[in-house]
Amino acid sequence: MTVVLKSAAFRAEREPSWRELEGLLDRVERWGLPSLAAGEVARLPALYRAALSSLSVARAISLDRNVLDYLETLSARAYLVVYGTRRHLRDALGDFFVRRFPGAVRAHRRELALAIALIAVGAGVGHALTAADAERFYAFVAPEMAQGRGPTSSTESLREVLYAPRDAAQLLKTFAMFLFQHNATIGLLAFAVGFAGGVPSALLLFTNGLVLGAFGALYRSRGLALDFWGWVLPHGVTELLAVALCGAAGLALGQAVLFPGREERLAGLARRGREAGVLAVGAVALFFAAALVEGLFRQLVHSVPVRYAVAAGTFLFWTVYLGRAGSRA
Amino acid sequence: MTHGGARTREVVTPDGVPLRFAIALAGDRAGAFLLDYLLVHAAVLVAVLAIFLLVGWAAGADLALATALLAFFLVRTFYFTFFELTWQGQTPGKRKLGIRVIDARGGPLTAEAIITRNLTREVEVFLPMTALAGPDLVYPGAPAGVAIAALGWMLLFGLLPLFNRDRLRVGDLVAGTIVVRAPDARLLDDLVAAPASPAAEGLAFTREQLDVYGEYELHVLEGLLRDGPAARPDAMAAVAAQIREKIGWEAPAPDDRAFLRAYYAALRGRLERRLLLGRRRAHKLDRS
Repeated sequence: MTVVLKSAAFRAEREPSWRELEGLLDRVERWGLPSLAAGEVARLPALYRAALSSLSVARAISLDRNVLDYLETLSARAYLVVYGTRRHLRDALGDFFVRRFPGAVRAHRRELALAIALIAVGAGVGHALTAADAERFYAFVAPEMAQGRGPTSSTESLREVLYAPRDAAQLLKTFAMFLFQHNATIGLLAFAVGFAGGVPSALLLFTNGLVLGAFGALYRSRGLALDFWGWVLPHGVTELLAVALCGAAGLALGQAVLFPGREERLAGLARRGREAGVLAVGAVALFFAAALVEGLFRQLVHSVPVRYAVAAGTFLFWTVYLGRAGSRA
Repeated sequence: MTHGGARTREVVTPDGVPLRFAIALAGDRAGAFLLDYLLVHAAVLVAVLAIFLLVGWAAGADLALATALLAFFLVRTFYFTFFELTWQGQTPGKRKLGIRVIDARGGPLTAEAIITRNLTREVEVFLPMTALAGPDLVYPGAPAGVAIAALGWMLLFGLLPLFNRDRLRVGDLVAGTIVVRAPDARLLDDLVAAPASPAAEGLAFTREQLDVYGEYELHVLEGLLRDGPAARPDAMAAVAAQIREKIGWEAPAPDDRAFLRAYYAALRGRLERRLLLGRRRAHKLDRS
């Protein structure tokens, strides 16, 4: 019996190109795309389309389950290589900071403005309430954050924190690390809880403002307002911006959940989530920069005018960078 | 077979061909995460030890704490993102368990999607885990109830994938991704093309004998034959006997294996010819 089935003839004819594609895929999956020679990379899309067309034919004529499964997975593997991410991490990072991150910030400028406003209102409320009744400080500021500072602390000890001598550097380093970790976590939290309608994000922003305001009021009551803001702002500009960015990302997510518009709710959430994720990652970088300023610069420079100059400088830098970078204006 | 029993998700490629992916099993995903989680901790441990060797033990506990916190934060934040970016949607744990991340709608897997799905992990797992270990770390002065709330939170998010068809966690929902089994079927020899044994030559089946079965039975037979010569001989004998009875085979047959191969080839030929004419026969009860 030497009847040759159509499906068997089809397979015999196409098999070499499947095997070639499979060999290339094995290498790409194990060692990455750069392991292929230039000619082989160029063959990849052609072989991928050939595999897809084989799959379509096989679905129509073949009942060999193994061939169907094989072609399906071969096409899927090739599809993942051809359409997968394949940018080098370095290029992705460069592209991210030059173009994508500033672009995302500009795209979310309304949410960002709202987030900043929430922090500012929180700070204003915290300041006013603590100024009216110093005991409220304890309600707004957790003991770990306060580091022993409070209405009962002496003015001298409050002042000492602002101009810590360098031998306490070790302790402050830990503090900076803790703050970086703590703040970045808060920031990411503000982003991630956004899918619960944005309300938790708004709340987080507001309470962060409360803490800031409470501290401000405490120092102002001792006549140290100028020194305090000089202590906070050099890193605070960056840090608060980062918190606000995370919050803005969370608000954008909340918006997608509450007001899906014409889009399907899940699809909208996915789209906005991706855009907002860019903000959150950029914010982590900002947190890192802030922690550096906080851990090093603040310990070394005690001159108030210089501290204010640095604060103004960072503000200007972020405004220009986020406002202009990567735009084709 | 590859898709046996697993849930599948059809993805239409930009070229317009639908491809089926098997959704990753919840157990595989949990295993992959556990593996990655252990690797993250190992990496942090190595980093902290390396810094200590460089700086010396004298530097003190503050530095140790600071380094560990920073390393843990950086590694756990970027480990998943880094690997999923450079390894095409796989982390070491995912690769070990043969699963990977793809775009749910068939587009390219973008860097943003990877970043987003991994940042959400912070809230899904790491934050409640911290809260469980020490409520004070998350919210200073937190009441004891926080630990229970954290546990509930973690369970809610951890079990969410079990409650939707595509096994999506929150990060997948937000990023529009889906985790599938990494495709890995191998091409085996064509049962029809392989040289038939001399004994099987001349075995001919009538149309009536072939019309007893459909595609489902053909695939079961294929599975049995592909299990290789080492396959249970008793199963093969039982199947051969049943087929002989069903089709009313009277003539003396060669050994069971040769008989089944010959019947498989003939049946496939018959069903494929029908297929060309647009007549599918799904299984033996399908009389269309």
